[in-house]
Amino acid sequence: MIDNTIEFLEPYTYLIIGSIKALVIAGALMGVVPGLVWLERRLMGRFQVRLGPNRVGPFGLGQPISDSIKLLFKESIIQSSADKFLFHLAPAIVVFTSIVAFAVIPFGEPITIFGQKIGLLVADVNIGLLFVFAISGMGIYGIVLAGFSSNNKYSLMGGLRSSAQMISYELTLGLAAVSVIAITGSLSLTDMVKGQEVIPNILIQPLAFLLFFTAGVAETNRAPFDLPEAEQELVAGFHTEYSGMKFAMFFMGEYINMVTMSALITLLFLGGWNAYGLPLWPILAFAGKVAVLLCVFIWLRSTYPRIRYDRLMTFGWKFLLPLSLFNLLVTSVFVVL
Amino acid sequence: MELLIFYPLAGLCVIFALGVVFNKNPIGSAMSLIAMMLGLAGIFVLQQAHFIAILQIIIYAGAIMVLFMFVIMLLNLKGDDAVWKKREKNTLLTVLTGLLIAGVLYKVLEITSAGEFDSPAHVLETFGTVREVGTILFTEFVLPFEVASILLLVAMIGAVVLAKSKVD
Amino acid sequence: MEPIPAPSIDLVSLAPVLVLTVFGIMVLVTDLFIGKNKSALVFISLTGLLMAAISSLAKYDLPVYSFNGAYIVDHLSVFFTFIFCISSALAILVSIDFNQREGIKVGEYYSLILFCTVGMVLLASSTDMIMIFLGIEIVSICLYVLAGIRRNDPKSNEAALKYFLLGAFATGFLLYGMALIYGTTGSTKLTIIAEMIREGSVRSEPLMLMGVVLLIIGFGFKVASVPFHMWAPDVYQGAPTPVTAFMAVGPKAATLAAFFRVFAETMPEISPSWGILLYILSVLSMFIGNLGAIMQTNIKRLLAFSSVAHVGYLLIAIIAKNSLGSASLMFYMLAYAFMIFGAFGIVILIGRKGDENLEIENYSGLAYKHPILALSMTIFLLSLGGLPPLAGFVAKFYIFSAALKEGFVVLVILAVLNSAISFYYYLKVVVYMYMKEPIKEFNITLSPMTLFVVAIALFGTLHLGIFPGPIIALAQY
Repeated sequence: MIDNTIEFLEPYTYLIIGSIKALVIAGALMGVVPGLVWLERRLMGRFQVRLGPNRVGPFGLGQPISDSIKLLFKESIIQSSADKFLFHLAPAIVVFTSIVAFAVIPFGEPITIFGQKIGLLVADVNIGLLFVFAISGMGIYGIVLAGFSSNNKYSLMGGLRSSAQMISYELTLGLAAVSVIAITGSLSLTDMVKGQEVIPNILIQPLAFLLFFTAGVAETNRAPFDLPEAEQELVAGFHTEYSGMKFAMFFMGEYINMVTMSALITLLFLGGWNAYGLPLWPILAFAGKVAVLLCVFIWLRSTYPRIRYDRLMTFGWKFLLPLSLFNLLVTSVFVVL
Repeated sequence: MELLIFYPLAGLCVIFALGVVFNKNPIGSAMSLIAMMLGLAGIFVLQQAHFIAILQIIIYAGAIMVLFMFVIMLLNLKGDDAVWKKREKNTLLTVLTGLLIAGVLYKVLEITSAGEFDSPAHVLETFGTVREVGTILFTEFVLPFEVASILLLVAMIGAVVLAKSKVD
Repeated sequence: MEPIPAPSIDLVSLAPVLVLTVFGIMVLVTDLFIGKNKSALVFISLTGLLMAAISSLAKYDLPVYSFNGAYIVDHLSVFFTFIFCISSALAILVSIDFNQREGIKVGEYYSLILFCTVGMVLLASSTDMIMIFLGIEIVSICLYVLAGIRRNDPKSNEAALKYFLLGAFATGFLLYGMALIYGTTGSTKLTIIAEMIREGSVRSEPLMLMGVVLLIIGFGFKVASVPFHMWAPDVYQGAPTPVTAFMAVGPKAATLAAFFRVFAETMPEISPSWGILLYILSVLSMFIGNLGAIMQTNIKRLLAFSSVAHVGYLLIAIIAKNSLGSASLMFYMLAYAFMIFGAFGIVILIGRKGDENLEIENYSGLAYKHPILALSMTIFLLSLGGLPPLAGFVAKFYIFSAALKEGFVVLVILAVLNSAISFYYYLKVVVYMYMKEPIKEFNITLSPMTLFVVAIALFGTLHLGIFPGPIIALAQY
């Protein structure tokens, strides 16, 4: 019976392993979100010289669970003037794209289980980096549609701002990545990590790292670039009208994007799972670097004030973009030589 | 196996393409177009052209359509029937055009169904890779590639001339 | 990882394009620094055009293919490059005073004209459908903007928008046609397509024929032939007059050159299928253009319809698809450039700020006040109509003889008939100028640059009419 089943499944092993990996990673990503929320609130508390959530469970660890339950059971309100279909679609797009983008992120060398070589990523595409950009580009639609379908001026403004901001900073992001590509000579994220076995790219390309990081913060709509949801001017931006689980989905999307962005920075600039002599499992080295970057994201949020919208655009187009072009130029000259 | 993926994808593409035309709401049309582009990217993947597929998503679905949405949102176009009602109906012309296109489609169908389906062409291992596309772009099609930059420059100048705030 | 092999780049073939692009950018950059007075830009642009014209002669032993057969320098392209440089130079000269009067102070105006010329040169020299598409797009985008450059004028805006929407629509047809032809032949290179057609394997392929039809629609839109001419009168009327003159000559010539290359040179074997379509297009263009012009009261609209009719005549050269056809196309466009710039030059002189004095009535009694202007206008109009011994006559004569050589007798008879019709409305303007009393006081500032252009045009029209020999010899080569 079991033999028969295995025989039947044999040609589809690839498919099955792929689906299992997809499920595991998607599950892990969603599971990591409450943890991140807790981390952010605790850290923010410390940064602002207060305690942060500490009542539910030890160190307030129960807080995210109770929050999730609250959000799940909260009534979902849709105002009558909203475009129902798009209103429901928008948060789904945000979460979907953020999870799918993670599909091509590798977090370790391939391992062998039961004679099957299994890569530690869902899909080993040889143009992984472009895939991430493509999918995260699609994520903009979630925010735009949320802004549009709410039929609310603040939401619309938030949606418009976010799309403008994300398009502008995507350029810098892409150009900074291109200089890394020029060094590596490949678009595959695994190859990039292999190329950094000796020295991480951050030492070769410090400028590209700074540019990528800055643009990455803007891409994930995090403070100080969280203009789409600037609460002082726009109530809550594109998700003003959302409540309950749909509201939570936007947050999920944002946090998953943060993880993806940190993973990407790790892979491109920090040497991925290379531990550089430290006695660490590759996967732990990777996770550690991502965790540090996540903390930096949170640190930035509590340190810097939000910048004004026009300054944001000027900064993106007139400072970051020329700088990244310049960096690319210098890099390509060096690569050619 | 490939056909199993191809037909649903192609079918979705057609449905969404129709959605672009028949949707009353401009946003709906735009969304259908995006979905259609994604389907098309899927078909490209099926043809082993991963790079082109990703470019399709980044450029069309990711960049161009966002600008479309931008414009639609800024103009705040809602499903406005008034615009369409102003156009007088020309039934005869509609029917004639329809017949013409039906005839053309029939002819195309006749040709394609008469032809035999070959087995998929054998492609090289390097087919559709970034390197391959880049090589062709920078050797065989280097002139169109460079001329395209003049075209973009001109378009940019034009946009600035027509849109700059100070009228002089 | 071995490096990608370097492509073969023939910069000498590309010289006119490079020169014009560099000067176009130079104009843009200079515009930043020079402030209000734009005469330096004019000087730079004219230098650029002159140098481009000279650099187009850099290649001997024509034809030279370069860029894997995507670009050609042959007789047709060199001659047309000259026509483009002349027409763009005339357009710039004629704009100087006009822009001052109308308050067009945009420095980009001149660089757009230069870039448009780049597109035209590319269009006339490409032997690859992608290049043809890019060329057409460069030309069109420049023209959309130039047509709408008077941003305060609703008519100019209307012209730009109409032109843009219809032009984009036409581009769709063009691209679709190219895609279908690429689908059947597997190549975008005209030489390879020609080879495939000669072999005969794709001759009766319906998708190929559909592609051909779509290409005709696309090109037909761009050259404004009937039934795709509806944009022409409105756009010609709304655009600033120098731009109208510019777009009536250069871009049209470039598109016709590409039209000739794609149809007459690439697919002569399947001419029965496209020939009949062009035949219909040509006859319709002549009749509707000429009959439409009769009803116009605005001089710019009249010239627009007359240009539609002229496209009808020019299509005959493509239908004839012989070497005489290409030679006559070149000669006709050169002659046409002079006639059109002359006529529009005078329209600019008569016109006043804000589209005044553009009705035919405004020309009443011009002969009493400014006999020389009236005489020049008469010469240009009669030349457009095709009266011997003016340039227009010789040009028409060569086109008709190219068609007669291939046995298109009926077509030629129809064309001659149309020439006769066209005299009605050309002479109407002449009658107004010579036989009516002025309806109001003429208040003409004889701006020197515009007069200069008119003088050049007059010289060209007379010279090409009376001594066509050398130029014809050059065109036939």
